Amino acid sequence: MPQAASSEVAAAVAEAHRREWAFVLAATLRVTGDIDTAEEAVQDAYASALSTWGPRGIPKNPGAWLTVTARRRALDMHRRAATAQRALPKLLGPGEYLPDAPGRDGEDITDDRLRLIFTCCHPALAPDAQVALTLRLLCGLSTADVARAFLVPEATIAARITRAKKKIAAARIPYRVPAASELRDRLDGVLSVVYLVYTTGHTAPSGENLMRRDLAERGHELARMLRVLLPGDGDVAGLLALVLLTDARSSARLDEHRELVLMENQDRSKWDRSAITEGVALLREALNLRPPSRFALMAAIAAVHDESNSWSDTDWQEILGLYDLLLEKWPSPVVKLNRAIAVGFAVGHAEGLAELDALGAEPQLARYPYLAAARANFLARLGRFDDVRVAFEEALILTENDTERRYLQSRLSELTG
Amino acid sequence: MSKYLILIFQDDAVTQQADGESISAAYQEFMQRRNGSLLSGAALQPASTATSIRRHGSGGFTVTDGPFAESKETLGGYFLIEAADLDEALEIAKEVPAGVGVEVRRVRVVS
Repeated sequence: MPQAASSEVAAAVAEAHRREWAFVLAATLRVTGDIDTAEEAVQDAYASALSTWGPRGIPKNPGAWLTVTARRRALDMHRRAATAQRALPKLLGPGEYLPDAPGRDGEDITDDRLRLIFTCCHPALAPDAQVALTLRLLCGLSTADVARAFLVPEATIAARITRAKKKIAAARIPYRVPAASELRDRLDGVLSVVYLVYTTGHTAPSGENLMRRDLAERGHELARMLRVLLPGDGDVAGLLALVLLTDARSSARLDEHRELVLMENQDRSKWDRSAITEGVALLREALNLRPPSRFALMAAIAAVHDESNSWSDTDWQEILGLYDLLLEKWPSPVVKLNRAIAVGFAVGHAEGLAELDALGAEPQLARYPYLAAARANFLARLGRFDDVRVAFEEALILTENDTERRYLQSRLSELTG
Repeated sequence: MSKYLILIFQDDAVTQQADGESISAAYQEFMQRRNGSLLSGAALQPASTATSIRRHGSGGFTVTDGPFAESKETLGGYFLIEAADLDEALEIAKEVPAGVGVEVRRVRVVS
């Protein structure tokens, strides 16, 4: 292999980190049976790639190179520990320990990553720990990055991850793909975690920026990874379709001054046509399953928006029908809110407003800024300007995202002007 | 294989069974079905009969009437089982016909 420049090496390592981390970690974990040792060995392998890929050239298959290096490193670490204290791996019994695991075929490699994601999203772990572990072990994010993404102190995330790893070892949470009989339930949990990662990046609950692109991209990659691992699964297809169809609009969500643009006013030529085409094809596949999953229904709603030529062309009857189906499957307050908005456009602004007012009693929506913002929107369309101001002010108090706050402020000052 | 303790929680009203009363059919069926995994188990007298002992920092004890933690759900009994991992233990625990639910804890290995 020819020598490589340091900038090339840095880019290749960064790319391998993004693409191959989960693969390398999962394959190393099979050898160590212990998450901490595997993580350390994989980190070492990436560090040594930085120093050896320059003089020796970038390998043709970086993932395989990293896996071999990490496994060798893990075995060294394990041998040293074994001589020192005769310690046994924590996840596998002595009989299952595979020090000289030969080259694996494709299916085993697939299984490794599936095992890892089902372990990270095991229902015996707290939901926020599932998210943190998934980002850490499958995406290779550092504790500091996970903390930054969720605007939580680093110490909190570190404690959460440590506690989760301790529970995996102490309670013996198995490192395996669930049996067919429980796969459905367990996969729902995995899909929820991946979707949560995506939505937190799509619209950050708080902070300076409307989106956290890095986090949205991680969610997108995780959804794509699941699709590769479980190609025949309709729910997985539905989730990836939803992510693609939502993401397709993201570059039109901010104007040139980085201010929020509602879908109604977006420049639809900026929407990503290839993402929409791919998303719609996946959606068709997902909808072939009866009954369609929650994510497939949400993707179908996104597809109706993505395929309309303009806001006024939008088929609101179709959207309302899809929300009715979604509400049966997933009766959450946020779905009720979105359905009420659909009523406002499919039936009439006054009817939509009445539906929104009825939701005021939902405790989970009491501090949700989008309820007040949606009310303000319909009140404005109905010409009730005194009430509009109160509703915008309420939304302004509740939102913690700076971009959304600036948008609401400008709407308020339009009212005054 | 690992040992897990399944702690059975119920409303205290339900635990007012007298000594010698026969085990309910649901429990008998569970115990027969999972015979291979069960190491031991017992039903407890109601939580109202519990006595708690708290250790002082100074070395003495305070003995008080009642369970260690007061709550609506009380510990009604337990099974000690053997299982390959948490998933198998949870599968067995789901079959315990407990009124409120159960808590599963792996037994710590001490040397």
